[in-house]
Amino acid sequence: MSEKRIALQLKNITKSFGDKYANKNVSLDVYHGEILSVLGENGSGKTSLMNVVAGIYTPDSGQIFIDGKEASINSPKDAFSFNVGMIHQHFKLVDVFNATENIVLGIDDEKGFDLKKARTRIIEIAGKYGFIIDPDKKIYDMSVSEKQTVEIIRVLYRGADILILDEPTAVLTPQETQVLFDVLRRMRDDGKAIIIITHKLHEVLSLSDRVAVLRKAEYVGTVITAQTNEKQLTEMMVGVKTELNIHRDEPVNPSSRLIVSDINCKNREGVTVLKNISFEAKSGEILGIAGIAGSGQRELLEAVAGLQKIESGDILYIDPKTQEKEDLRNKTPMQIRDMGVRLSFVPEDRLGMGLVGNMGIVDNMMLRSYKRGPLIFLSRKEPKYLADEIIERLHISTPDAETPVRRLSGGNVQKVLVGREIAAAPTVFMAAYPVRGLDIGASYTIYDLLNEQKQNGVAVIFVGEDLDVLIELCDRIMVLSGGTVSGIVNARQTTKEEIGLLMTKSKEDSKNAQ
Amino acid sequence: MHSKDTNAKNITTQINEPLFHVTKRAQISWQKSWAIRIIAIASSLVICALIIVLITGLNPLTVYSAIFDGSFSSERKIWNLLRELSMLLCVSLAVTPAFKMKFWNIGAEGQGLVGALASAACMIYLGDKLPNSNLLLVMLLSSLAAGALWGFIPAYFKAKFNTNETLFTLMMNYIAIQLVAYFVLLWENPKGSSIVGIINSSTGAGYLPVIGGKQYLLPILIVALVTGVMYIYLRYTKQGYEISVVGESQNTAKYVGINVKKVIIRTMIISGALCGLAGFLFVSGIDYTINANLIGGLGFTAIMVSWLAKFNPVYMIMSSFLIVFLDRGASEIATDFRLNESIADALTGIILFFIIGSEFFIQYQLKFRKRGNNK
Repeated sequence: MSEKRIALQLKNITKSFGDKYANKNVSLDVYHGEILSVLGENGSGKTSLMNVVAGIYTPDSGQIFIDGKEASINSPKDAFSFNVGMIHQHFKLVDVFNATENIVLGIDDEKGFDLKKARTRIIEIAGKYGFIIDPDKKIYDMSVSEKQTVEIIRVLYRGADILILDEPTAVLTPQETQVLFDVLRRMRDDGKAIIIITHKLHEVLSLSDRVAVLRKAEYVGTVITAQTNEKQLTEMMVGVKTELNIHRDEPVNPSSRLIVSDINCKNREGVTVLKNISFEAKSGEILGIAGIAGSGQRELLEAVAGLQKIESGDILYIDPKTQEKEDLRNKTPMQIRDMGVRLSFVPEDRLGMGLVGNMGIVDNMMLRSYKRGPLIFLSRKEPKYLADEIIERLHISTPDAETPVRRLSGGNVQKVLVGREIAAAPTVFMAAYPVRGLDIGASYTIYDLLNEQKQNGVAVIFVGEDLDVLIELCDRIMVLSGGTVSGIVNARQTTKEEIGLLMTKSKEDSKNAQ
Repeated sequence: MHSKDTNAKNITTQINEPLFHVTKRAQISWQKSWAIRIIAIASSLVICALIIVLITGLNPLTVYSAIFDGSFSSERKIWNLLRELSMLLCVSLAVTPAFKMKFWNIGAEGQGLVGALASAACMIYLGDKLPNSNLLLVMLLSSLAAGALWGFIPAYFKAKFNTNETLFTLMMNYIAIQLVAYFVLLWENPKGSSIVGIINSSTGAGYLPVIGGKQYLLPILIVALVTGVMYIYLRYTKQGYEISVVGESQNTAKYVGINVKKVIIRTMIISGALCGLAGFLFVSGIDYTINANLIGGLGFTAIMVSWLAKFNPVYMIMSSFLIVFLDRGASEIATDFRLNESIADALTGIILFFIIGSEFFIQYQLKFRKRGNNK
């Protein structure tokens, strides 16, 4: 063990954007044959730091040493010449090419492409580390986890010894995550240095040898995984101790608010994305929706919100005062609002759908209410008032209410969006991945807000990806798989394994049928 | 050679950090941004001076004063400057709502031409049938309608079939040009000249009234009014807000229930109608005739004016002034010093290049390598 060689060493790396530091004097080392987790809340500078190593950003100051030699990395190509490869959160693959073509793409060895040879090498690499890959499969036919495999093999194919993975498990099911971890362990045993960026503590503990923690752009320290625990890591991450328990009350007088029965819908390409979905959302209750990304969660919420046409089925809304039933099927968002249905929706794509990035908080508040008033002119008075109130109540850190929201951090952006949707005093509140990318503190603020809505008798629908959160926060959990409901479980009695199985259930069935 | 040297000195280190790198500025004070602009203009003048001396051997200062004279040496020139400025501004204002919506309307030329054609037709066919005030009203309305139609057609296809608006509006220009060419032959006066001379030169029917003894004053005032209205429209009205939202993100617009198709069509009708207004002003207040070159490329220059001003109508006054001023200066030095037009255009091109380039330095800053940090 004593003869472990340092693979990568960072010394005093500083990187700033405008007047904001992404990394401030960060130093850390990674050895060959180890897995290092870089842990930190969102905005703590994990991804920026790794982008510096991968040649995407140039540091303002500081040095990078690779195998003891100082390296200057100015482009991803430079990074490859130092055998550093990064697998980004968003895959960079050409959809219409197959795996082999994507892997050799951009390699310039002056010999021309020999796809046959490349294919053999890919199978070799896959065999060595236990990847499951079909080199001839087109990317558009692949699942997220298969695409990730292609990305990893691409990096290995180029001879990377130092691999950086940015949030690799964010898009995977628990089973797929296990497969990935096995592969990573094999690569470690082969002498590769592996860095994984994550904010999931249990993954850190089960996978890595050491953990480096960043907090607010600064390096906090590195600990050996075997000698630490969740509590210590959380403390290092957030600085102060944070309760891991999410508050949950019993639902009060739950009554039907939204009855969805047998809806089917197709996306723009004509592919069926929702199949015979039926469920009920009750007032005073949080209904969780779990599923692998792309199992129909987005389409389902958008269908209810009037953004997605459905082929058949009904979406009935029961008015809490009159108990009258109204059909929301294929109504536009405007019509739904005109019917007096107070439906709030926090979409997955915050800046691309829920908000306008280039507008300030005030103008974003106005999105929902700008039509009010008889004049053709806008009134910015009430939105301004609302903006100030939300900034204060949700502790949004922003220079002022006019600063474009895209300049705010992810958590603050989400608070603006959730704040606006709650301000509409909804009776149905839908949120898609509301804590994705948020740090622990901001996540808990969002949980509190959802709980507050629940206590106010709102029917809350929460689409989540972290099963621990779903199990602790929700009252019931509906699991989607391949556009169908594979089960609705009581969150107080279920287990992660049960949900994980439901998430992959029908997919496996349909595969077997083929 | 260089790399060999460093390798020899220190074999284990491999440093090729760039001399500088570019970072985005968080915020910049207006003083600083104007300082950058002024430095840009000053340096462009220095470069131009070098070129003037090297190529023409003239004294750059006399050339610069001639550029200035091109716009300001006489009252007539000042009025011409104001006239050109206001017409360019009018077309720029017209394309702005469409651009703000990220609808690339490069058909202002054609929209203006059909507007002019409608006005000219009214002057020719109704000149002796209606009293002047009614005639002007009919002309104005038909110009607005014709421009609006030319804007509506590509917008409708965009909204309905998602056609490419850039190609569509561009092609609509050619239709408009051919249409005007046809009517020019139909209306040609005197026969055989293949031009439409001054329309109604004896009666003056359909001419905008001259106020204060200044021919161009009324068109200029009309454009000033449009500038103010457009500023308020984009900034303080619900429709203007919808334009911004659709331009920034169609998904957000749909999410809050904005009817995106309706906004696209409505905005292009406004954009086209304002181009039609420019056509009306040309025919009824400035040229009193019609030809295929009436708009004279303003529809394209307007794109630059609008972008330079970041779609702000008030800034557009400045950017259109700049373009007109440089253009007039260029023709002035070309005639004053019997220079080739191309040299004059090259000089104004350099100045524009620096001014547009300065926007880069306002958005970004260069950070130079600090030697001390490496060791």
